[in-house]
Amino acid sequence: MTFVFYLAALIAVISTVMVITRLNAVHALLYLIVSLLAVAVVFFVIGAPFAAALEVIVYAGAILVLFVFVIMMLNLGPASTAQENVWYTPRAWAGPAVLSVILALEVFYVLAVSAGERIREEVVSPKEVGYSLYTDYLLAVELAAMLLLAGIVGAYHLGRFRRLIRHRFLEQNVEL
Amino acid sequence: MGNVPMEHGLILASILFLLGMVGLLSRRNIVFLLMSVEIMLNAAGLAFIVAGSRWVQPEGQVMFIFILAMAAAEVSVGLALIIQLHRKFKTLDADTADNLRG
Repeated sequence: MTFVFYLAALIAVISTVMVITRLNAVHALLYLIVSLLAVAVVFFVIGAPFAAALEVIVYAGAILVLFVFVIMMLNLGPASTAQENVWYTPRAWAGPAVLSVILALEVFYVLAVSAGERIREEVVSPKEVGYSLYTDYLLAVELAAMLLLAGIVGAYHLGRFRRLIRHRFLEQNVEL
Repeated sequence: MGNVPMEHGLILASILFLLGMVGLLSRRNIVFLLMSVEIMLNAAGLAFIVAGSRWVQPEGQVMFIFILAMAAAEVSVGLALIIQLHRKFKTLDADTADNLRG
């Protein structure tokens, strides 16, 4: 089973590297979906099947599908890929990459010298997660619901299509 | 499930987070910026799940659910803003909208 963990981790890292280096937005999104599926496999292996199912259904299956729809709607075409070729030079990512490598070495050192904990073999079932959500963290669930309401209203308001009509004496926004 | 060291899980989470951060710092296209933020959020969720599995407590998955809800709200508002930006400026450059009107 540890082999499954390491293989899924390798796939996640490789596909994430492909996400941040692609020039075409749709290709990058597809690699991101692969990365999320690999992370879902990791969740399943370490004993969190509910989180694995949520990752596939909500993250890869709703949020990224929304992304793909919006990208298709924008209808970018090969001009966008050519533009990315101009913007995304090695000079752009050399600096952040060097700093990130230093940070990564720091994190690896801190984790290497700490005590060797092991992820246990037991599964945390959806029943325990649901019970904990609705008794201990009920207030946070209600706050998350309010956040989602704010997201809905904000997305509706920001996504409206209004055309500016100029009359002789006044400008007004007409709903299309 | 095996005996995977917790450190390896956290190392995976930190690698993914740093990859997302490099993507966020080096891109100009807004869509790629939003994608990199999603990578970072997923990596943080992975760290929470690893911690929850180490103690065999449901709090890790609970926190992951909240991160998921927050990411969903953020992505919907962010994509609506991207659509408006594309309508107004006909480009996806993050540097175009740099002046307040007036």
